Amino acid sequence: MNSSLEKGYVPGKHPNLPPPVKTTGIMAWAKQNLFSSPMNIVLTLLSVWFLWTIIPPFFEWAAFNSIWTAGNRQECWDQMSSPGAGACWAFIENRLSLFTYGFYPTHLQWRVNLSFIMFVLALIPVLYEKMPYRKYGLIYSSIFPFIAGWLLVGGFGLEKVDTDQFGGIMLTLILGVTGISFSLPIGIILALGRQSKMPVLRILCVLFIEFIRGVPLITLLFVASTMLNYFLPPGTVFDLLLRVLIMVTLFASAYIAEVIRGGLQAIKKGQHEAGDSLGLTYWQAHRLIILPQALKISIPGIVNTFIGLYKDTTLVLIIGMLDMLGIGDASLADAQWAGLANEIYIFVALFFFISCFGMSRYSIYLEKKLHTGY
Amino acid sequence: MSTPSAKENKPLLLIRLWRNQEYRSITIQIITMVVLFTILGMIGNNVATNLEKAGKEFSFGFLNYPAGYDITFQPFISYSPTDTHTRAGLVGLLNTLLVAFSGVIIASILGFTMGILRLSSNWLINKIVYVFLEFTRNVPVLLHILFVYGIFLYTLPVPKKAINISDTVFLSNRGFYTPAPVFEDGFGYVLISIMAAILIVFFFKRWARKVQDTTGRIYPVFYISFAILIFLPLFTFFVAGSPLSIDMPALKGFNFKGGTSIKPEYIALTFALSYYTACFIAEIVRGGILAISKGQTEASHGLGLKPNRTLQLVVVPQALRVIIPPLCSQYLNLTKNSSLAIAIGYMDVVATIGGITLMQTGKEMETMIVLLITYLFFSLVISAFMNWFNRKMALVER
Repeated sequence: MNSSLEKGYVPGKHPNLPPPVKTTGIMAWAKQNLFSSPMNIVLTLLSVWFLWTIIPPFFEWAAFNSIWTAGNRQECWDQMSSPGAGACWAFIENRLSLFTYGFYPTHLQWRVNLSFIMFVLALIPVLYEKMPYRKYGLIYSSIFPFIAGWLLVGGFGLEKVDTDQFGGIMLTLILGVTGISFSLPIGIILALGRQSKMPVLRILCVLFIEFIRGVPLITLLFVASTMLNYFLPPGTVFDLLLRVLIMVTLFASAYIAEVIRGGLQAIKKGQHEAGDSLGLTYWQAHRLIILPQALKISIPGIVNTFIGLYKDTTLVLIIGMLDMLGIGDASLADAQWAGLANEIYIFVALFFFISCFGMSRYSIYLEKKLHTGY
Repeated sequence: MSTPSAKENKPLLLIRLWRNQEYRSITIQIITMVVLFTILGMIGNNVATNLEKAGKEFSFGFLNYPAGYDITFQPFISYSPTDTHTRAGLVGLLNTLLVAFSGVIIASILGFTMGILRLSSNWLINKIVYVFLEFTRNVPVLLHILFVYGIFLYTLPVPKKAINISDTVFLSNRGFYTPAPVFEDGFGYVLISIMAAILIVFFFKRWARKVQDTTGRIYPVFYISFAILIFLPLFTFFVAGSPLSIDMPALKGFNFKGGTSIKPEYIALTFALSYYTACFIAEIVRGGILAISKGQTEASHGLGLKPNRTLQLVVVPQALRVIIPPLCSQYLNLTKNSSLAIAIGYMDVVATIGGITLMQTGKEMETMIVLLITYLFFSLVISAFMNWFNRKMALVER
């Protein structure tokens, strides 16, 4: 033993050890992640059983047994082995134009289509940083809400469309986009006001923010639909959609203000002092030093608020506006299609899931990109 | 900016109001006040003219008129259509609080479970919970409520063909019928014994802590307290001669008699709000536990603490500090989201005061003011409590 150590490795004299436990490959992975302890084995088996009872029947219902063309519920059911054995997607297909345009006049729907295309074009410069001539793109994006408003409502040379006829995806997007694009600047101003050294401004901002955050959105929507008209000079007719848009924007901006306040409070005092010593004014210092840093920190919170706002736009159905969910809910009352609630709800849920999940993924990407690290 | 040359500029007083930082701040505030009061005055004026035009007067007197509508769900105080609007609003408020309270409890249980499962080393269960969380969080809560209510309404049978679970619980689309406890004489003793058990546990804990501090001996406090809490009331219950009978639901005619009926609106609302909020709580819990650095666990193991003592004494107290503030705001969100009850016809405070009372009396201003003040009151009370709790829990740094 001693001599072999001195000599080092002698060929053919090594001990016969068992091979090491596998740490790569499917089996090793399964052993580590699925069957590492008795408790884990039980959990794994339970989950497999759970998936087995849920997924195959769901796909059978949603895909294999589903019906895509039918005139009404009965026709749909006639094509199945038993009523309800499969999904009746024909219902959605039948209502697709209602889901997209609401009750917008058919001969004017090109205007909605045009604003959808313009919306996508307006998104590109905001989301894609490396776009050539991004500056001009951003100018276009910032005036887009007004162009789209003109296109959809009409006036100034276009045929007027009553906002009662708005509905479906179009209404959901109008509420979401307006709320998101106007609540950020208002939120920033409110957050700065709350940090202000002027007591009057500070107290006003605090009162506004705490009031809005203290009540549910639905009560504010009720205020918009019933009470707001009393505030206006007699005889003014103020469109319900506009009132709701104002309420939704104010609601979101109070939450945005709180998120940004968190970001502002995280900025060290030295940054303010550095701005002062460079001779920058309040607004210059905030535009160039404070806000870029504060906004960067608050991105996750801001996007979460946006997602919340976007989901909350569904509440307008309670005051009788037919957004995406409202159209779905109203379709269920149709005697020809009654009882197909699952199809409708799954369709609407998928729509919201795709848009909200996309937003949250983009925020994670942005966070990673802006994280300069130190 | 007061420079020595400021004196020379004295004639330009108006300019100094803007150029001098202190004066400017005062000028801005005065202008804001003037603008604000002008707008408020205009609004007040408009309201007065509009109300006059509509032939209404601003008063809260309607609150004492008989409401005249029925509320189908009134578990706490009795109510009939001849009662006043105030009482109707109170019934609605209690219904709101009921949903909020039960929702908070269920959401916490579900949320903590899912948050811990998300940290599990089991890949499969981790991913299942992840998919559920992401899907649920990214879909509007109103859709969840309508969906769950739709399931009750469309898939459950009518009371006559209710799903029978061993003759005790019946599920139908008009409600869930469960046995109801009926308290008889002598049940007071059981209540007293429960309180006594709580007191005993409290003193036992203090005594055990003292023993540990002086001798280092550790008693299994949890198991002993648990046993005291369960067996003492149970013992009293049987000694007092089982003063509790159970009222079973039974089908009579078209509906059930006896037992308690739980309305599908209530169940759908509570359930949907709970699992929706639970998904947010799960993420908070997961984040809170992950925020505790591994060094803490290792240090505590290094001191010789067992894994469960480590969790109990080191990890959980620190994680709670991170978890509690966002958790409270989720509870607040749940309470505010309970106002969506109106979408499925659950009579909460919005549906009573802001819905039917508003329709019947036409008092838009007054009902809305009552509603907003009610919600503001609860939100402010809860957030004041939160702030107090945060201050108490905050890390005391040297």
